[in-house]
Order: sequence, then C-alpha cells, then structure tokens
Amino acid sequence: MRVHGPGERLQSPTSMAKDDSIRSLVDRLELPFNEWGIDPYGTSKKHLVVFFTALGFLYRTYFRVKAVGAHSVPKRGRAMLVGNHSGGYALDGAMVLASMLLELDPPRLAQGMVEKFINILPVSSLWASRCGQLTGLPEHAERLLRDDRLLMVFPEGARGTAKLYKERYSLVDFGTGFMRLALKTKTPIVPLGFVGGADAVPTVYNSKTLGKLLGVPYVPFTPYGVAAPLPAKCQVHYGAPMVFEGTGDEEDVVIKGYVDQVKQAIASLVEDAKSARGGAL
Amino acid sequence: MKVLVVGVGSSLARRVALGLREQGHTVLGMDRRPWWDHPKDLQVFEVDLRKRAAEDVFRTQRPDCVVHMATVNALSVQGEERARINVGGTRAIFEHSVGHGVKQVVFVGRHTYYGATSDSPLYHTEDEPPQGMGSFSELADLVAADLYAANMLWREPKLTTSVLRLVYTLGPSQTGTLASFLRGKRVPMVLGFDPLFQFLDEGDAARAITLAVQKKLRGIFNVAGPPPVPLSTIVRQTGRTVVPMPEPLLAGLLGRFGFPALPRGALEHIKFPIVVDASAFKEATGFAPEVSEVEALRAYAKMTAPR
Repeated sequence: MRVHGPGERLQSPTSMAKDDSIRSLVDRLELPFNEWGIDPYGTSKKHLVVFFTALGFLYRTYFRVKAVGAHSVPKRGRAMLVGNHSGGYALDGAMVLASMLLELDPPRLAQGMVEKFINILPVSSLWASRCGQLTGLPEHAERLLRDDRLLMVFPEGARGTAKLYKERYSLVDFGTGFMRLALKTKTPIVPLGFVGGADAVPTVYNSKTLGKLLGVPYVPFTPYGVAAPLPAKCQVHYGAPMVFEGTGDEEDVVIKGYVDQVKQAIASLVEDAKSARGGAL
Repeated sequence: MKVLVVGVGSSLARRVALGLREQGHTVLGMDRRPWWDHPKDLQVFEVDLRKRAAEDVFRTQRPDCVVHMATVNALSVQGEERARINVGGTRAIFEHSVGHGVKQVVFVGRHTYYGATSDSPLYHTEDEPPQGMGSFSELADLVAADLYAANMLWREPKLTTSVLRLVYTLGPSQTGTLASFLRGKRVPMVLGFDPLFQFLDEGDAARAITLAVQKKLRGIFNVAGPPPVPLSTIVRQTGRTVVPMPEPLLAGLLGRFGFPALPRGALEHIKFPIVVDASAFKEATGFAPEVSEVEALRAYAKMTAPR
C-alpha cells in the first residue's frame, strides 16, 4: 500500500491514470532530453505533459479523432508528415501531434513549422518552443530532419487554414519547398488526409483587416460569430511512405510533378477519411 | 611560440594566458587594467591598446601569435568610448600584427553578433549575417569589430586569422553578461518569454581559445559546448527567483529602482534566443566541453550566494 505524504496532492483514480499515461508516453519519447527534461531545441518534458494532457482530452473526448494507418509512420529516423489543412485554424496540426504521441509505439513527437507571428507574441512564443514547434523556416526544417526528427508540414500554409466551410474538402496550391527538402535530406514523406476541422470551425468569413490589427494573418468568423471549435468528429488517415529520388536541385517541372503525386495521395486519403468518418456528429 | 594576450585584465583572458603558459608558450599580456599577481615569467604591459606604447610592445617583443580579448559590451562601457575600444582597438591590433611580423591572430568575439530576433533560425551558422542591430544598435561596434577581423581573412592571407564567436561564459569569476544578469536574488524576465541561453564553463571557454591557438585555426567559428537551456532554468537552478514582468513595465524600470541601466534593445536578448551551431569548431579542433550545463549551473549555484 502506498501512503501519500503531506505535500502530495491526492488525485482521483481516473485523472491519475490519465496523467500517468501522458507522462509515461512523454517519458518514452526517444529524444535527447537532459537531466532537466529539456532537449537541444528547448523542448521540455514538463511542458509536453501539460500540452498533451490538454490535446489528449480534445483528441479522445472532444473531437473523438480516429486515426487510421498511423503504423505507416516510421518508428525512428527522419520522416516528413505532409497533410492538408481542413479549415478554421490549425486544429488538424494539433490533432496530428496528438495522434503521433497517442497512437504510435514508441510514441513520437511530431514537430510542426509554426507561423512567424506565434514567436512574436508572449506566451505562445514560449509554449511553441517548449513543445518543439519551431518557426516555419527552411533552416529549422532541414536541421530537424538531419537530426532524424519527425517533421510535420502543411504545404497549403495559411491559405489552407483560411479555407471556408464550403471549400473544406478541397486542396489549395501546394508549396514546393517541402519536396526539395525531402529530396535533399533523403526523407520519406508520409501523406495524411484530415477531415473534420471545418466542421469544428465552420468558417464563413475571414477578416484580414482584424487580423492585421491583431498581428495574425486573418481572423475566422463562423455562423455563430467567434471561431470557438464545435465538438465535431475528426478523422485522419495516414498513407504509405513515399520516397522520391533526387538532390532537391531539380527543375521546377520535375519538382511540381513529385508534389502533384503527394497532393493526389492526400486528396485520396481525404476522400477515404470523409467516407470512413460518416457525419460530423 | 610567443603569444600576446590583449585584454589580459579580464578573468577569462587570464585563464587563457595561464593555459598557454602551461602548454609551454612564452606568454605576454597587455591591458590598461593591472594584473597584480601575475606569474613572474608572464610579462604584463600596462598600456592602452590605442596608444603608441602598444605598438612598441609589438615592435620590441615580436609575438608570433596575438589573442585579441579586448572588446567590451554595452553592459560595461557606454557610448562612443565603447566604439573606440571595439573598432579602433581591433584595427590597431591587426595593423600592428601585420606591421610587426605576427603570424596568427585569434579574435575572440561574441555569439551576440547574430542578434536576437523573433524570425531568425534557432541555431546560427557562421555564414549568417548579423540581424539584431535594428532593435539593439549598441551591438553595432562589436559587429563591426567582428566583420573587420573577418575581413583580414582575405585582406591579409598570409596572416592566420581566426574569428571566434563565443557564447556566454559562467564560472568562478562571476563576471560576464550572464553572471551580471544573475547578480540579484530575484531576476526579472519578460512575461511570456523564456529564451534558450547557451553558455560555457569558464575553464572550457579558456580551453577552446587555447585550442584555436594550438591548432592555428583559420576562419570564422562559433564556439559553444553543452546544449542551450531556457533562461528560467538557469535562474532557478542557480538558486534565484524568476520575476516575470510585462515588457513595457520592465522597459520603464531599466535604470531605475536598482534595475540595470540597459539599452531598451537589450530586452530582445531576454525575449529571443541566440543559439549557435558550433559543429565546425568541434570538427576543426576536436573540442568537447568538460563541464555539462547541469554541472556548470550546480557549481555556480554553490559558489554564488545571491547578493
């Protein structure tokens, strides 16, 4: 029998189990944490536990995310998760992060490339850094891959999150930087299709003016006003890793061809996820 | 080899001088500041680098190698005088070196060369330009000194020049930027920010500089050891208390109520990280730190009771 000391907080069995599970998953991350639980990028175990406890609740309970094919993600070594944005804001990115921790064995920390404004703002700058989410710079992406990390990329960028509800299953133009980087660093690409983000945040209008005033790219509005997320069901499908041969210095037309192959794979995964999920409720 | 350490009044430069002496070099020192208890066989010239007497040292002593550790930052010297020391002093060292047969110059600069900005890469490599001067113009003369030294690589190809961009140091001397920041019991930080800081134990830093001399290093190199650590961790692990303050309030308090009289731009350095990739230096010299970040902070906590 374990006796609680005077300084220990008593927890209900459920919350204790949940906390322990996230903590043990974070402990099992194969990253070079130092004695204080901090890795060379500033990722902190302590912050990851808090972050993933919140994301875990959203993932399991609020959005009831179902992940299919997560085993396609390599257990170790460099890899690039490349997916679609499904609208509103980057809920999809957050849920992909959660799925990599909760669904993989051993768990992996996916590291996203966040918008530059995140790093300017107090608090968000600190939390992004402590949770391993670095500013979207090519130097960061390349360094993470060379360190055999799992990089998460959304080649649609902010144009992808700015999709309106009616455009939720479409894909906007993909940037090509991710493909050149994958070729240069010889990284396998794991395509993913995500659905449900637009049902959670059904955007009908994006205000760029308000965004400018707040220092963000845009502010989404929904039929009920603010863009608070609804508890819509989400689904993410991971495809088999795609490996392209090259150096990254190929002609644009070659790169564009490779990007289109990834885009088609993602479009097909979005369709699969859409039919597998059924309704948003 | 005869080595002249310029700026030998600082504790780090003294460690470098003593380290080189231990390796069997004939070591000379130069500084305006005295070094009262220097070893008898280590001659110290108490002269101003920018005066005629400094050139006389080069002319009469004919050193083979010069280690330039005589730059100052905005914490220690203000205004025009700082620019004269950093830029004028660096120029004087290189001119005297070229004029009096010096074969190697090691310029010990700072990693703050890169500047602290929100949109720069976390790990800086040597090929990056300086970026922080827009918000922190007081850095300009240190950046100019660094660039002037780097120019010598192509202007004077016969001279073996190494430009070292050294991270903060921490150790028994309790001097330097990071030590100054940790001087109080309570350490102010900008609310909502907690940048990564990179530091080297003083002994490791001195060893890295002596390695640059020994290996006759040529080129520009970032010098760092253990991985970076969040500033709040440094503060807490050294037994201090973090006092988070909103940026406008902290900016308003600078120079008042016992807060250091820092330029406003200095706040960028406690908001955003300056972290360097030192793999090129490691590859060129085989340098590996002997003291980890954990050991360095533990030792510092033990040796310093907050005043």
